[in-house]
Amino acid sequence: MIGSSIGLNHFLIFSGTLFCIGLFGALAKRNVIAILMGLEVMLNSVNINLVAFSRYVTTEILTGQVFAIFVVAVAAAEVAVGLALIVAIYRSRMSVNVDDFDWLKW
Amino acid sequence: MDANYSLLSIEIATTLLAIGVIVIGLLVPKEQKYGLGYLVTIGLTGILLLSFSFYGVNTKLFDGMYIIDDFSTFFKQLFLIAAILVSMAATLYVKKIGTNYGEFFVMMVFATVGMMLLSSSGDFITLYLALETMTISFYILTGYKKNDSKSAEAGVKYLILGAMSSAILLYGLSLVYGMTGTTVIVEVAAKIKVLGSMSPALLVGMIFLIAGFGFKISAVPFQMWSPDVYEGAPTPVTAFLAVGSKAAAFAVLIRVFFVAFPAFQSQWRLLFAALAALTIIIGNLVAIPQTNIKRMLAYSSIAQAGYIMTGIVAASVAGVKGVAFYAMLYVFATIGAFTVVMNFSANTGSDEIKDYAGLAQRSPLLASVLTVCLLSMAGIPPLAGFAGKFYLFSAIVNQGYLWLVIIGLLMSMASVYYYLSVAKVMYMADPVDNTPLVVPAGAKATLLVTMVITVFLGIWPEPLSVLANMAAAALFK
Repeated sequence: MIGSSIGLNHFLIFSGTLFCIGLFGALAKRNVIAILMGLEVMLNSVNINLVAFSRYVTTEILTGQVFAIFVVAVAAAEVAVGLALIVAIYRSRMSVNVDDFDWLKW
Repeated sequence: MDANYSLLSIEIATTLLAIGVIVIGLLVPKEQKYGLGYLVTIGLTGILLLSFSFYGVNTKLFDGMYIIDDFSTFFKQLFLIAAILVSMAATLYVKKIGTNYGEFFVMMVFATVGMMLLSSSGDFITLYLALETMTISFYILTGYKKNDSKSAEAGVKYLILGAMSSAILLYGLSLVYGMTGTTVIVEVAAKIKVLGSMSPALLVGMIFLIAGFGFKISAVPFQMWSPDVYEGAPTPVTAFLAVGSKAAAFAVLIRVFFVAFPAFQSQWRLLFAALAALTIIIGNLVAIPQTNIKRMLAYSSIAQAGYIMTGIVAASVAGVKGVAFYAMLYVFATIGAFTVVMNFSANTGSDEIKDYAGLAQRSPLLASVLTVCLLSMAGIPPLAGFAGKFYLFSAIVNQGYLWLVIIGLLMSMASVYYYLSVAKVMYMADPVDNTPLVVPAGAKATLLVTMVITVFLGIWPEPLSVLANMAAAALFK
């Protein structure tokens, strides 16, 4: 049976990799929109973790899945505020490149 | 499950206040909106008075998801006091921003709700939601001056780094949940006891939690965001951010580590000791060359976070008492200092230290409050900062961390230099422009309250010390 050979560890390695990819994207990208996408990848790797743990560790209660739903909702709110701020800064700088956000000493 | 909702009356009242102000803000004409700031101040004062009846109530709601004890009540009062002082001081400044007057105060109250929930959270889901309620409100507040590109830039930077730290914190929470099978903080401790040995994943989770919380309290090496955000954000927001979000993060950090991870105490104490030492040293040394007063206060607040962290290293009732006491007096000193900065820039449009020349002649009140607040942060007796540092340092000496105390004392002495150089500019230098500064009544009230309390707590720390002790003892019950 192929399905049974996929275990918790696969999910954890997958989510760990995804987290690192997201972190790299958030740190290395110059475009603010791309940085936000990196942050979303990080948050979604957490969701995979939570759902996997919910499936394999606490099989009777769905704490992890409930937690993941909350994370999704909060991430959406965060992105909404983030995009609003990016629009505000784009109006004055005509750019979404973080290298141009240098009015405050970094 | 029957929950006694009257136990939540502080949180419910604060949320209703925020929603009420939104609705009233939509109904009243534009020129009458300026009363909304005072409405918020009065409402929060009422809630603060109500909160005194919660001392001695130690209970858990919703199967341990929400904890109400003296520790959380103490911190709730701290957030309310901070919000009251800032809302009184901010009226003129917010009026000058020009747009969306009422919503500024609404977001402030929502941030306060988030902090209060955070200090009471007994479950990782509650913790995360409360943390985000607070931080998302702060993202909006930081970028509040829509037409000021410094403010927008600070907002974007805060959002990116804040979201990154939340993601790291969340990854840590998910690992702890996975290893223990529960998200309730108290049950985590019980499960770890059953497991006996420490799994590497749990250790990684704990380190991720330290990194995530370290960002919120701006501990070195996670402090890089705070000078930029403090400089760019509207000054009332900076004051509230420096005080509220930091104290809230400390409250939840203490609860998570003291309640959920007492088994790993030797590991996290070592980490926090190293972080505290680094934070104190770097915060103070980098503050010295700063020329912008908001950046200088940002680095000084990083250093203050380092001092507060020493109380966590002590890991005892005395240490937590020191944290609670210091966090409370830090509210008054910081808000006092930022209120001066706020009113100075509302009058002159400048935040540069050199422009403070001769402030003592232009406005003796502003100059004296700033001096008292800065000296309190430096820990000069008889001001409150001295008593606070005394409690913290005596708590860690008792635990055998003498080297940390020596670093703390040496760096406090170094900090006197940059605090006094501001006082020197204000008192010794001659003003370029002799016009007296206009300080509105609300801001005057904030200034006087912060100065009087800073002096009062230095001379007679007993009343606050008793409350702080109660708060600390509740955590160890």
